Amino acid sequence: MLPGIVRSSSRHLPCRRSLTKWMSVRNLAAASGDQMTVRDALNSAIDEEMAADPKVFVMGEEVGEYQGAYKVTKGLLQKYGPDRVLDTPITEAGFTGIGVGAAFQGLKPIVEFMTFNFAMQAIDHIINSAAKTYYMSGGQISVPIVFRGPNGAAAGVGAQHSQCFAAWYGSCPGLKVVTPYSAEDARGLLKAAIRDPDPVVFLENELLYGENFPVSSQVRDPNFTLPIGKAKVEREGTDVTITAFSKMVGFALKAADELAKDGIKAEVINLRSIRPLDRETINASVRKTYRLVAVEEGWPQHGVCAEVCASVQEESFDYLDAPIERISGADIPMPYAANLERLALPQIEDIVRAAKRACYRSK
Amino acid sequence: MAMAMARWRQRLLSSACSSSSSSAAAPQALLRLASSALSRQSSSRGFAAAPDDTTPFVVDIPVPYAGHRCDPPEQRVETSAKELVDFFKVMYVMRRMEIAADSLYKAKFIRGFCHLYDGQEAVCVGMEAALTKEDAIITAYRDHCTHIGRGGTVLEVMAELMGRKSGCSLGKGGSMHMYNKEGNFYGGNGIVGAQTALGAGLAFAQKYNKQNAVSLALYGDGAANQGQLFEAMNISALWDLPVIFVCENNHYGMGTAEWRSAKSPEYYKRGDYVPGLKIDGMDVLAVKQGVRFAKEHALTKGPIVLEMDTYRYHGHSMSDPGSTYRTREEISGVRQERDPIERVRKLLLAKEIVTVADLKNLEKQAKAEVDEAVNQAKEGGQPETHELFTHVHVKGLKQLAYGPDRKEVIVPLP
Repeated sequence: MLPGIVRSSSRHLPCRRSLTKWMSVRNLAAASGDQMTVRDALNSAIDEEMAADPKVFVMGEEVGEYQGAYKVTKGLLQKYGPDRVLDTPITEAGFTGIGVGAAFQGLKPIVEFMTFNFAMQAIDHIINSAAKTYYMSGGQISVPIVFRGPNGAAAGVGAQHSQCFAAWYGSCPGLKVVTPYSAEDARGLLKAAIRDPDPVVFLENELLYGENFPVSSQVRDPNFTLPIGKAKVEREGTDVTITAFSKMVGFALKAADELAKDGIKAEVINLRSIRPLDRETINASVRKTYRLVAVEEGWPQHGVCAEVCASVQEESFDYLDAPIERISGADIPMPYAANLERLALPQIEDIVRAAKRACYRSK
Repeated sequence: MAMAMARWRQRLLSSACSSSSSSAAAPQALLRLASSALSRQSSSRGFAAAPDDTTPFVVDIPVPYAGHRCDPPEQRVETSAKELVDFFKVMYVMRRMEIAADSLYKAKFIRGFCHLYDGQEAVCVGMEAALTKEDAIITAYRDHCTHIGRGGTVLEVMAELMGRKSGCSLGKGGSMHMYNKEGNFYGGNGIVGAQTALGAGLAFAQKYNKQNAVSLALYGDGAANQGQLFEAMNISALWDLPVIFVCENNHYGMGTAEWRSAKSPEYYKRGDYVPGLKIDGMDVLAVKQGVRFAKEHALTKGPIVLEMDTYRYHGHSMSDPGSTYRTREEISGVRQERDPIERVRKLLLAKEIVTVADLKNLEKQAKAEVDEAVNQAKEGGQPETHELFTHVHVKGLKQLAYGPDRKEVIVPLP
């Protein structure tokens, strides 16, 4: 798909002009052998689950004929037809309600939001119609639905298109909220989400779609799933724990490389799951390292890192040798200018600095 | 403005029995006839003969349908003695149930919100006469009677209202969240208008599964202005979903009369490209005919909007006396001229299907049924403490959930 093609009267237009998207489109060709892009991981996961279960269907804006705004649903319309891959009008409240109603009746919808910013128009259905119904009905009506799409900042898309919603959805009982990082995460967690009988909010990241990751043959297996609710220790260490999710995992790993040069061995935890949060893994790590840096791209107040901090100080207070550090997005709407945008988001040097502070090595 | 209001009030009160020949023209005369017949016969006449009769006969529908982009159905409908008696019975039970809920609320057995349906019984009862349990229904929070219509029991409604574990939602839903999966009843929804999109989703699944069934999404005149309703209508029409949007127009969205909230209160026309039908919602037979027509339309041509011209005697909820924004004369006027149960009563007596005494017996039975259910519900226990944490997920991942004191109450979700 050539990013140069412009559609009129689409308020989502700005997303498609990001520079990174150019690069990720070119990277499509690179996925092969023991590597896979996140985009292909997601596409293959949806494809396999649709093949396995006729109740699974996809709906969203541009998921069908356009092949997906970010090409995540590429080829699915051709393969499964318009009854199972449905292009919706630009009416999030309406089509999300329809998806939830279909789930009430036992179908397994995958509702795509072009970004989760637009899901705010449908958030009543996600929370009040999907998350709470099984409880309110005393266990009669279950909602096996997946809400997925890009979340958080992209590149230069401005304030209304850059919000991270992990903390908001993560606070809501009745939802499961997952945040894949690698291709393995994307495949395993999406397959698990589609198979899960409860509503799952699946927060992707636009800038990760084109990134290649090594995948084993086990990951490529059609029955490969990852457990929701379990974090992954991406890199073992002994001196400081760094938790992160989604794109920030990559930054945390790079920060760990930097820290290693200074003799600080950081343990990087990829949360993978915001709700349930894997408090066990996080606390076990801190009980080993005695220090914690929690990283997220979203706003700090009442953020995911706030919950991580709370969990650790409650359960592992005696193990902490330093106050917990939080690295997060700046407390502002996202600016457009490239220099300001860079300053609004966590960078590798921020994570390194915080880790050194936690290790009393900043001076 | 005053004249428009006066005309509007007049419309609310307009008599239902205007021009028909086969419905009761002179109720007083007929009641005298019926009671004199009673005195000639044995007073122990039960329901052996006519009331069980299923032989169909035709009844005129007095108030004309109004169609939008469709030809309305005939102004006459087939019914039977048995059906009319059943209508009377179930509507009367619903009426008594709502009145009992009123008393229970005032006695503080019921807490929170309680939105009563009395006056509107003909809508849900007439609907059910045209539907099967394959069809699905979803409504808003005024759902107690709709739940009964879908096969729920008075006991489970009462128990749910009182927060007992024998309630239809195990006491965890309350007045606004009654569900019956077996009866294809999806609640019971508290967010005004949300149920319309959900209803279109139910229809989507029916079409996807190739079922020969329809979904009815009920909403009020207050919800009729919701944006998501129009979003749902657009997608339903685009995708030919077998959904029937039913506006239960009781003319007041809480305290706001329809002419104060809708530029166009002709709700059956609001679907624009979606055809619509306006139905006298106080006439159970008119509702039955209208919904039957709509079901056929939805299965063959796509979505349709039904506007039920109905009325609620109670206020919006138990916190609302219902008389600050409408006059007592209006309420009693509608009760006198258009009450749905009285309609059926007059018809039953006119057709000599039952006697006045028979009806009194039915009423007594209904009252006893409701009283029994209330007593049984009162004896029921509240949910067990562990139910606090059940049904959060179908598949709990053993993650820990916390009570208010995180160090005190920690529960792995089942």
